[in-house]
Amino acid sequence: MTPLVFVALAAAGGVGAATRFFVDGAVKARIRWPYPVGTTIINVSGSLLLGFVTGVALGHLVGVEWQLVLGTGFLGGYTTFSTASFETVRLLQTGRPWAALANGVGMLVASVAAATLGLWLASLL
Amino acid sequence: MAPPAPAGSRPAHLRPAYLALVALGGAIGTGLREAISLATPALGGFPIAIFGINVVGAFVLGALLEALALRGPDEGRRRRIRLFVGTGVLGGFTTYSALATDTALLLGDGSAAPAALYAGLTVVLGAIATWGGIALGMRWGRERQRGVAS
Repeated sequence: MTPLVFVALAAAGGVGAATRFFVDGAVKARIRWPYPVGTTIINVSGSLLLGFVTGVALGHLVGVEWQLVLGTGFLGGYTTFSTASFETVRLLQTGRPWAALANGVGMLVASVAAATLGLWLASLL
Repeated sequence: MAPPAPAGSRPAHLRPAYLALVALGGAIGTGLREAISLATPALGGFPIAIFGINVVGAFVLGALLEALALRGPDEGRRRRIRLFVGTGVLGGFTTYSALATDTALLLGDGSAAPAALYAGLTVVLGAIATWGGIALGMRWGRERQRGVAS
């Protein structure tokens, strides 16, 4: 990887993180559920997009640097595992095991399904 | 309906200074993740680097958020640390889309057992790591409170 691609990848990760912060705040301002809807929306949508970007790169429709900057950088910074895990444990600690299970296992299943859909959509191109 | 915000105070996610803080942290965390990924050889198709990154990041975030929460309300310097290190660095360091896409690719190859093992281990060990981090953060927070009281 060239130094330029590495710097672009890291900067894209910064933009992705700021996008996550904005989307989570906007979702929380509208949906006042005692459940981390924002992180769920972010991780499922980001997985759909990364599946698509990865599929497009696997089909050699774009160069690998696009996959690195948009996929590993932007979408890697946009989605997050640490917050999702923290929110799952908090739901458990506040006596809500079913919500914790939905946040832990449900988000995983939905994200893998979304990534599969993204890969499939890219294969249609 | 949300109560109207007092004049001059914007929600955190609309403040340029906070957005910049999260972006800077996110760039650092993302760069760190990629550097570790590049330096780590793949373990027979198993994405070991992202696995380790997600579990370690979950541990550190648990410790950070618990310690900050015990030290006082989410405002001023504590909020800036939470946004820079937690939302930014650790949010950018860990990733969910790679976890989902790598699992989907393993499933697509017909490797259902490795896919389930990878995804399942990440979520379960991630939760245990978060729990351990929270326990550590609790000690940090309490030591600090004792220090203030004495």
